[in-house]
Amino acid sequence: MKAKSENVLTGAHYLDGNHASAEGAIAAGCKFFAGYPITPSTEIAERVARRFPLIGGVFIQMEDELASMAAILGAAWGGRKSMSCTSGPGFSLMMENFGLGIMLETPCVLVNVQRGGPSTGLPTLPGQADMMQARWGSHGDYEIIALAPDSPQESFELAIHAFNLSEKYRTPVLVMTDECVGHMTEKVVIPPAEEIDLVERLYTEKPPGEAQPFEWSNYDIPPMLPVGKGYKFHITGLTHDERGYPIINAEAQDENVRRVSDKIKRHTDDIIWLEEKDTDDAEIIMMAYGISSRVMQPAIARAKQDGIKVGQIKMVTVWPFPEKRVRELAGKVKALIMVEMNLGQVYYEMERCAAGKCQTLLVDHAGGTVHNPEVIYNAIKEAAK
Amino acid sequence: MSVEIQQPPTEEHPKEKLLRMDRIPHIWCPTCGLGTTITAMATALEQLELDLNDVAVVSGIGCTGRVAGYMKLDSFHTTHGRSVPFALGLHIARPDMKTIVFSGDGDLISIGGNHFIHTARRNVDMTVICVNNFIYAMTGGQVAPTTPITARSSTSPYGNYEHPFNLPLLAASSGAVYVARWTALHIRRLTTAIKEAIAKPGFSFVEVIAPCSTLYARLNKLGSGLDLMKFYHDNSVIKHGADLREVDIDFQTKIVVGKFVDIEKPTYIECLNEGNKRVFGDKYKPYGVDHGDS
Repeated sequence: MKAKSENVLTGAHYLDGNHASAEGAIAAGCKFFAGYPITPSTEIAERVARRFPLIGGVFIQMEDELASMAAILGAAWGGRKSMSCTSGPGFSLMMENFGLGIMLETPCVLVNVQRGGPSTGLPTLPGQADMMQARWGSHGDYEIIALAPDSPQESFELAIHAFNLSEKYRTPVLVMTDECVGHMTEKVVIPPAEEIDLVERLYTEKPPGEAQPFEWSNYDIPPMLPVGKGYKFHITGLTHDERGYPIINAEAQDENVRRVSDKIKRHTDDIIWLEEKDTDDAEIIMMAYGISSRVMQPAIARAKQDGIKVGQIKMVTVWPFPEKRVRELAGKVKALIMVEMNLGQVYYEMERCAAGKCQTLLVDHAGGTVHNPEVIYNAIKEAAK
Repeated sequence: MSVEIQQPPTEEHPKEKLLRMDRIPHIWCPTCGLGTTITAMATALEQLELDLNDVAVVSGIGCTGRVAGYMKLDSFHTTHGRSVPFALGLHIARPDMKTIVFSGDGDLISIGGNHFIHTARRNVDMTVICVNNFIYAMTGGQVAPTTPITARSSTSPYGNYEHPFNLPLLAASSGAVYVARWTALHIRRLTTAIKEAIAKPGFSFVEVIAPCSTLYARLNKLGSGLDLMKFYHDNSVIKHGADLREVDIDFQTKIVVGKFVDIEKPTYIECLNEGNKRVFGDKYKPYGVDHGDS
């Protein structure tokens, strides 16, 4: 299915990453946004609030982030494409109902414009330190899809991609951007609506009485049931069976939790999106995501001038982590270097997958500004010794 | 001599249409007030002659939180305290449906208190039925924001000393357009209240005082479920339109019941449409006409 022209601001624009995220979501058909103001994400909500009235969407500023996340789940079950945006402190509050979204297998999108943490931290300055919270922030076992744009253009594109993945895999999807990308203004080219592919929600084809809300024995991804059509289905955050009925025992837990995780794990090849450059004959491979993948470019260029064979991987998807690719590369290269704006989060996944087969280095940063390329360059030189 | 074997009767449960019979027996204790409250709601829905496909029920966590799991409607068992904002999202996506939140005092008023007052303030078109048993029952009888002063619970073992909320006053002052309180004994009046609340456009609130003989009555030596019902019988005072500042519930004293508020006020969606129409004029297409598809 293609995007609807009334939702798409086709043309070349000069937008910041947050406004671009909002335009991407609107182009994807988002029609319900519940959010709570928080720096540095608020421009997404503001843009949506301005744009929605004339395209049939509803923006509602909720009393807090707990309510925002709950409301977008309710709207998703009501048939809407729905989203919210937030930053660190709000992300913490949303984790509760994010888990409900995972358990109810509810398509929706949440954008986290990361700032420095912990606690109130650095409201107006960037960070990438919510990456492990994105992975594990809600209690219990689950798999998650998280994307990381590096520019306003990519913020637009990944907002659409996030909605598509959430519909395809019937799960909440995270866009983990940051203050730099959110407030960076660049040219954003929005294509004509007919060039934007959208994944539509998969609803059951079975009549009421035969369909179940989590029919996992017959489907790879269980189709959803629509409300108000006589299915009279029940769904619960409790461990449940295919009927959605609570079943409180170890067997049901194993079946439910394992299946919801496996639904993502089975499709990692489809979900994982890496942009590789010069990795074929590299002796050192740089890994980064979001703004850090741009910040490391001068360091890579300089190291190449020194004759060091440096390749790079920009992780467009951070979760699921590209385990297979990192394992392959670890056997071939001298070093893998992770550049991220935190004190080591995704790095440890890289180190785990490298399994001692090559050197692994972390170029960390506590947040507040991006890395100095000099520090990254020095790390490459160190690894190349 | 031949013996004629009679087949046992196979009568349906009178509320079978509205109950998930494949989930019966339920988990609630004998003499719990939830049975009568659900019966009242089922009867109200029957009497309203609504298309049951167009009714959704949303619950939070706790004993009353399990109601969604037993009603044969599109039903959502959500997280603790978040039934109201979940229902808000559902309602905005499907304003043509009736959205009913059925939950307990701890869920709605303690952990969900902020959502409760803000959704009432917005006058979102939904009905909230709050079953108030004065205690956290599912977790074993802890003190609640509704526990009367001096009443004992497992976490107020020497008697509660905190001021409890007066729920009708809270609902009305937050903006609810319909507010009523009945006990689980007043089945007919409760049914009427639920019926009126569901039919009322806007945020409607029904408080149901309900016996919890397993925890509240036992911890406070109030006798059996029957004793509690007898207490309601002897101590309920019907006072429609009562001054809500005077309907606090003290420990084992009079309980003021009745229909307290029934006013007209534009709903959230009416306000949304009016606000946008004011600015955009004919360019604005009122929300809530086409729904469900983006």
